[in-house]
Amino acid sequence: MSLAVDSDIIGHFGPYGGRFVPEALIGALDELALAHEVAQKDPSFQAELAELHRTYTGRPSIITEVKRFAEHAGGARVFLKREDLNHTGSHKINNVLGQALLTKRMGKKRIIAETGAGQHGVASATAAALMGLECVVYMGEEDTKRQSLNVARMKLLGAEVIPVTQGSKTLKDAINEAMRDWVTNVETTHYLLGTVAGPHPFPTMVRDFHRIIGIEARAQMLELLGRLPDVILACVGGGSNAIGIFHPFLDDAGVRLIGLEAGGSGVETGLHAATISGGSPGVLHGTRSYVLQDKNGQTIESHSISAGLDYPGVGPEHAYLNDIGRAEYRPVTDAQAMEAFALLCKTEGIIPAIESAHALAGTMQVGKELGPDAILLVNLSGRGDKDVQTAAEYFGIPL
Amino acid sequence: MSTPLDELFVRVRSENRAALIGYLPAGFPTQEGCIAALTAMVEGGVDAVEIGYPYSDPVMDGPVIQAAADTSLRNGTGAQEVMATLAAISKVAPSVVMTYWNPIERYGVENFLKDLKANGGSGVITPDLTIEESELWIASSNSHDTNRIYVVAPSTSDDRLRKVTEATSGFVYAASLMGVTGTRTSVSSSAQSLVSKLRTVTNLPIAVGLGVSTPDQAREVAQYADGVIVGSAFIRLLQESSTLAEGVEKVRELAQDLSKGLSRA
Repeated sequence: MSLAVDSDIIGHFGPYGGRFVPEALIGALDELALAHEVAQKDPSFQAELAELHRTYTGRPSIITEVKRFAEHAGGARVFLKREDLNHTGSHKINNVLGQALLTKRMGKKRIIAETGAGQHGVASATAAALMGLECVVYMGEEDTKRQSLNVARMKLLGAEVIPVTQGSKTLKDAINEAMRDWVTNVETTHYLLGTVAGPHPFPTMVRDFHRIIGIEARAQMLELLGRLPDVILACVGGGSNAIGIFHPFLDDAGVRLIGLEAGGSGVETGLHAATISGGSPGVLHGTRSYVLQDKNGQTIESHSISAGLDYPGVGPEHAYLNDIGRAEYRPVTDAQAMEAFALLCKTEGIIPAIESAHALAGTMQVGKELGPDAILLVNLSGRGDKDVQTAAEYFGIPL
Repeated sequence: MSTPLDELFVRVRSENRAALIGYLPAGFPTQEGCIAALTAMVEGGVDAVEIGYPYSDPVMDGPVIQAAADTSLRNGTGAQEVMATLAAISKVAPSVVMTYWNPIERYGVENFLKDLKANGGSGVITPDLTIEESELWIASSNSHDTNRIYVVAPSTSDDRLRKVTEATSGFVYAASLMGVTGTRTSVSSSAQSLVSKLRTVTNLPIAVGLGVSTPDQAREVAQYADGVIVGSAFIRLLQESSTLAEGVEKVRELAQDLSKGLSRA
């Protein structure tokens, strides 16, 4: 049996996924699920998206072998899938272009989005500008301060940015506020969710728009080496870039899939965002998956140096792949990620996003475990321009 | 077997009036303050009580209830406090718990229903539990004779209204508008049309909530619905009062004012 099966009709991956939402949203979720299903089978939709990716995103993204970096990864051969070179600087554009096209097909004129670091907000604002849609981005007040440059970017692109002052004032509360907006304005508005979490069809739909990463990488590796890699590594917050590169390899039994979660100060300290490594099954933001929660089922705040991984939930398909043993999930601490960040900068001239640096840190570990014969493929999901200030502060570089 | 809540709706139907249902989150403004305010509400004329189990991520709630839930969670409110509040209030009025799904799942469905029953609870309102995810919930609540109250919205299709009401007992919670909880200057016209549509698919009592806060609004809703649900307006009185005693008295007065307009002409 293929592991790359779709979720069932209401979005379950084993015991995970599904829909835990107010009844008011069911109609819109059904409409979206249908629009996605139709679009997946519609050659004109696929052609339009492919053309946008070719002429706007800059796809296919290239593969770079990083030999100097690999010396610090047990001498294994290490290849990067360069999603950092996409327009707007990360894999997020794959999903927003797809959903923005669907928004137009559904006849809606307004999109709302949540953002943590600002990558998904910038990507959403970009797609809205391109397609003439009104765009409102909800962003935790804390994050608007930490990422003021991205706030300015979104405003330049014509989006309205609403700082969220409720709760922990971070990504989880931005999602809450976006869902409240959606419940109120669902007739005119599409919620352009940025990761593979949330109620059905989001985990399936967002994954489908990111599968292009794995589809391209699979063909590129076969062309380069005549074989598939031994291991694929990707960072996991909500898990969109990881599922995008994992999914086309699910049936390749010889390919190990490893997701690197944000271990923050260390899972044992409680200050982390490693939801699978350090959480438990529960319901958050409309889906059942692993969640960071206390004994009463209240969400626990996550901690990570990487705003893009700083989320107390994770996509339900990752929860399922973990439980059936098809993918492994490991925590990487802030310190390990920043070491890998600095190393890629100095050995390869590539400044990675701190999110992606978690995958690089995992690569250094796994490379050492497997030795020089191993072939590792890493999803470099984003570039680090947005993280220069954080990194400068971390390494004590005066600004 | 019928619950105290079922019996209430039989009684108000015979009295040709609507039931008044009041809401507060457990632990707000304090554990004892909540019990005092709910008691005053019942003395003022509220017929049944909804006790909120505060949750960290309440996507159906507007700013007033969010702030109250925050206060309550900071007070350390958990399942034990919810059950203690239920035990105190179910002695004076039919009581239900309203909660997002994760706290129930975390507590364990069977245990939650067992403890709810032991503390006199009639049922549970589950605003984010869809019928598709309800298999275990339906089986367990049936075996515990507990009212299963689902929330429907103006956007809910006719076909779905039928399915949801088939899974419902006690009463149907009709959300008056597309939006989150909170006071509004007028009751949306979509409330009455939703109730009319519901009448064609179910004989269950129907209570209208979201945005009902004044005696005039309650009087208007009572003309076509079997129940009127008021939450944020009570919470605001408690938030705006300088002492708990003052807040509790204002809650009692609002309950008195609201309860005057429930009879149908």
